[in-house]
Order: sequence, then structure tokens, then C-alpha cells
Amino acid sequence: MNVMDNRATSAMLYLDGVHVSFDGFHAINNLSLTLEPGEMRAIIGPNGAGKTTMMDIITGKTKPDEGTVLFDGVTDLTRLDETRIAELGIGRKFQKPTVFESQSVQDNLLLALNVDHSVKGTLFWRGSKAESERIDKVLETIRLTEARNRLAGSLSHGQKQWLEIGMLLAQDPKLLLVDEPVAGMTDVETHLTAELLKEINKTHTVMVVEHDMTFVRELGVKVTCLHEGTVLAEGTIDQVSSNERVIEVYLGR
Amino acid sequence: MTPHMLTRSLDRSATIFLAVVAACGILIPLSNLLLPAGSFLQVPTYLVALWGKYVCYAILALSIDLIWGYCGILSLGHGAFFALGGYAMGMYLMRQIGTRGVYGNPILPDFMVFLNYSKLPWTWYGFDMFWFAALMVLLVPGLLAFCFGWLAFRSRVTGVYLSIITQAMTYALLLAFFRNDFGFGGNNGLTDFKDILGFNVQAEGTRAALFALSCLALIAGFLICRAIVSSKLGKVLIAVRDAESRTRFLGYRVESYKLFVFTVSACMAGVAGALYVPQVGIINPSEFAPGNSIEAVIWVAVGGRGTLVGAALGAVVVNYAKTFFTSGMLAPYWLFMLGALFILVTLLLPKGIVGTFNAWWDQSKEKRSAAAMASAAAEDGVTEPKMAE
Repeated sequence: MNVMDNRATSAMLYLDGVHVSFDGFHAINNLSLTLEPGEMRAIIGPNGAGKTTMMDIITGKTKPDEGTVLFDGVTDLTRLDETRIAELGIGRKFQKPTVFESQSVQDNLLLALNVDHSVKGTLFWRGSKAESERIDKVLETIRLTEARNRLAGSLSHGQKQWLEIGMLLAQDPKLLLVDEPVAGMTDVETHLTAELLKEINKTHTVMVVEHDMTFVRELGVKVTCLHEGTVLAEGTIDQVSSNERVIEVYLGR
Repeated sequence: MTPHMLTRSLDRSATIFLAVVAACGILIPLSNLLLPAGSFLQVPTYLVALWGKYVCYAILALSIDLIWGYCGILSLGHGAFFALGGYAMGMYLMRQIGTRGVYGNPILPDFMVFLNYSKLPWTWYGFDMFWFAALMVLLVPGLLAFCFGWLAFRSRVTGVYLSIITQAMTYALLLAFFRNDFGFGGNNGLTDFKDILGFNVQAEGTRAALFALSCLALIAGFLICRAIVSSKLGKVLIAVRDAESRTRFLGYRVESYKLFVFTVSACMAGVAGALYVPQVGIINPSEFAPGNSIEAVIWVAVGGRGTLVGAALGAVVVNYAKTFFTSGMLAPYWLFMLGALFILVTLLLPKGIVGTFNAWWDQSKEKRSAAAMASAAAEDGVTEPKMAE
């Protein structure tokens, strides 16, 4: 049987009619969203709009009450756990940079590489040239070659953000979910991060959640604005930011 | 630079540790057996048995450090695995008594005759063979840990909740083993051992050999733990300890990793218990007491969590102190002192003895190398202005 025949959609990520409520609070309300392969999408929205909850649903941390979540047109993500979803090729960068602080920068990348992740595989692991070359390449991309032997915990905030993006690169997923990559970064770092994400987007599908409008503008991609767990507006940054309701939501009535 | 130095310093303390344990394992039995009794350098037999007990505790501490120090699993019930290993060995020793028991029954141990057992319970089958008992020493704790861990880790029971259910586990076993009709000697436990593999357990030679074997087991356990924590699996364990859900999102099956170390650790604790029983001559349900497990965790904290060497050192230091203080007029205050020790270590030496020493050593090394560089520069006649560093 050809897998292609079973595809319900050509989208890389397909969310339809998703609902999640926590103790009666509707965090996600009839959310529908599609991401085409190779696309980069920016997600904006005020606090509590459900951006992070949406990422939780896609990565299996939260199970939706109802709705469809399809990855690559065939896989129902609502039935899988975090590990299985990561194995399928969905990588995630957290809002708060989460790196393994007590381990070196290169060990962080080594752990992220998409090689054998079984207990047996890691117990009898022997480094290979291909692996160390991949780590070298990622280190170069995220500009941390000099810091490779430093403990990840000793990096600056911006460097930690990059290391986490580097971990995503080492993981080499089909879809990258990037939650607030430039929070707490300087203008220069923000600019470099935008360049980095654009570079990554050449070979990967990316979804970026971000508050920083200058950054979103710099990315120059389609923007989706969420509000109260549902899509409020979608389009270019100019279209979205001139939308009456978006302005209302952001500035309050 | 730092992690590299960390591994180097660990290697240094590992080498010293292995050399010390090997030297003790060889010299103490030799001195006990070959030198005339009462001579200055002769280690008396009671000390050999006492130190043998410490070595078994060190193995238990090592097994706790493997899961707590490297994977963040705080088991407060590890004494249960230790005791189960001890019971497996005790059952073998009971069946070696044969007709020399008070009732002279060739099959049934004394307590069974006393309790009017007509035949051997099935749980005791096979324990007349050493190889079977040795297998059970590994298998029973391992299997319990596997089942317990499978349920707990799969349901993502972590942190203090896991600690509490491990306490409940050891307490439940304590109650079960206390019952006379459970078939393992009730509150008296198993004692009055005669032979192990045909050698008299009381004999000096046997005691010396058991001590040497315990040291050997400590070395083997240490090497196994080292191999685990220095492999890539060790890095995954530390990742789980520091950021469990992050590790999951990288595609690691966290529960499998936890299950693996938890089971290995339980088997190690079982071996420790099995070596402990012939040296102390008794195993009873009090070994399951929750307090014992907590005390073992304190040894690890005192010695230095996540250092392996520290765990073993902590076990010996705290138990030496315990022996010293509980034999004098301070005896009633031992538990207070243990509590105070735990608080003081937490406040003043949060990394434990070995962890603090390692940090201090690395720091002074950095200083020394910086000083060496500065003096070399001065000798070369380079008159650099002092950097504002």
C-alpha cells in the first residue's frame, strides 16, 4: 500500500476543530490551522491566547478533548506520546530556554542528534566521525564553536536560546516548533536569530511563536493571530496588524 | 574546559578509590590471618567483620547514588532490595544447617519445625543449591524493582511521590516478613548459620574471604556504575535528572532509562545484602525498616551525590561514626547526631565531602596553572601591565 494514497491532506501539519479545556476554561476553542511543507509561519497573540497550549497539543504533552491533529497528512498526533512524536520528526524549542545545564555545549548537541535513542544503543554508543562532523556543523551555525566545551549553564541567555535552536538542528526534525526564540535577546541577537531561522526554513517547516513584532516583520512570513484559543486573523504582517479586531485585542477595548 | 577537568578529576579520585579498596581487600585479610594475634599490625577478626559490613553498606550506597545522583530518582526504599538479597542468602545458609539444628530436621529449618510445618514451602525450593540462591540474590530484587519501576515510571510518578511509594513498598515488605505464617522466620528472621559452601561461617578464614569478596564486589559495582555513567546513556540519565520533559521531547523514552538503572541498582543492592548476611550472621525483618533506607540516602548525601566515590566514602564514614558513638555514653543521642549531620551537610557541604573536595581541587588547580603562567611570563622578561581580570 502506498502511504501517499492514505494522505488526508497535503499539509505538513493539519489542525481542525481542536478543543481543550482545563477545569472549564477553554484554552483552545475550535482551532483550525494548516501548515504546508516547507512553510514558515509566525504565530502571534496576546497572553493566554493558547499559543503554548497549541504547541503542547502538537507535541503530545496535552491531549485535546476533541478535534483532529494530523502530521504529514497521515499521522494522528492525538494518540501518540511525546517520545513517539519526537521520533516522527517534530522538534520543539521551549519558551524558557531549556538546555541541559550541567553538561557541555557539545554534549547537549550530542544528546539531541537523531540517532539510536534506545537504552541499548546509548549504553554501547561509540562516537562516529559523521556524528562529530554534524555537531561541528551545528556549532558553526549557532556560533558556539568556541564555547563547545563550556557547561551549557554558563552560557548567556541569548547563547542558551541558540543552543536550543542548535539542538533542534541536530535533531533534524521535519517540523520545528519554536516558542519565543528572541525573548530577552539584544537587537543584534534578534536580527541574527531571524537570519538563522530563515536559513533553517530553507530545509525545514517551521512554526514560530513570538511577541516581538520587529522580529516577526523581519521574518517576512505569513502570520496567524490567535485569541482566546482560536484563529482571529491570518495573512501578511501588514494585513494582520491593520486588522481592526487584532488591534482591539492587543490594545484592549 | 570545565567538563574535561571534571572527568579528569573523577578519574583521579576513581583511581585512588580503586587502589584503596583493592589494598584493603588484600591487606586486611592477610594481616588477620598471617600475623600473630595481638600483634600491633594484626587486624582482629571482629574488626574484619565490622569493616566487611561497612563495605556492604558502601555497595548499597553506590547503588543509591547511581539512581539518585545521576538520574534523580530518590528511592527511600532501597533497603528493601538489600534485605531481599540478604534473605535469599539467608535461606541458602538455613538449608545448609541440615541436621545440626536444634530439632535436627534434615530438611526443615528450626523455625518451621517449631511452627509445625509438615513440609518445605515451595518458596524455599532450590535454596539448598548455592548457584540457585546466588541467582535469586540478583533476580528477586531485580524483578521487584522491574515491576515496581514499570508501573511507577510509566505512570510518570516522580519526585517526592515516588519517594513516598518506595517507603510504602519497604514498609509493606517489613509487615509481611514480620508474619510467622509468611514462611521466612517471622520476627526472628533467619540466624544460627553454620556453613557457606562447606566452610564454617564463623571461621577466621571464611570471614577474611568474605571481606575480600565484599571488596571485590565493591570494585565490580563501582566499575559497572562508572561504565554506565560515563557512556552516552549516562549523559541521558543526567539529562533526565536535570530536565525530564526536555529529554522526552528529544525522543528519548525516559521511562525505559529509569527502569534500566533502577533495576541494575536494585540488583546491586541485593548483592550487597547477600554479602552482608553471612558476615553479620542474621537477617530479620528490621532490615526492611524505612529508617534504614533513609539512613542509606544520608550516607550518599554526606559523601557527595553523583560522584560514586563519595557514596562509598559516605557509607563508611557515617557508619564508622555510628559505631564509634553508639558504643559510648553518647549512644542515646546517635539519632540526633545523625539528623544534625544531615542538616549540617545540606547547609555547609551541599555537594558532600567528595563533591566539595573536587570543586576545591579544580579551583586551586586553575589558580596554580594561572600562577605558573604568570611566573613564566615574568621570567621571560615580558613586562605586561596587569590585566584587569
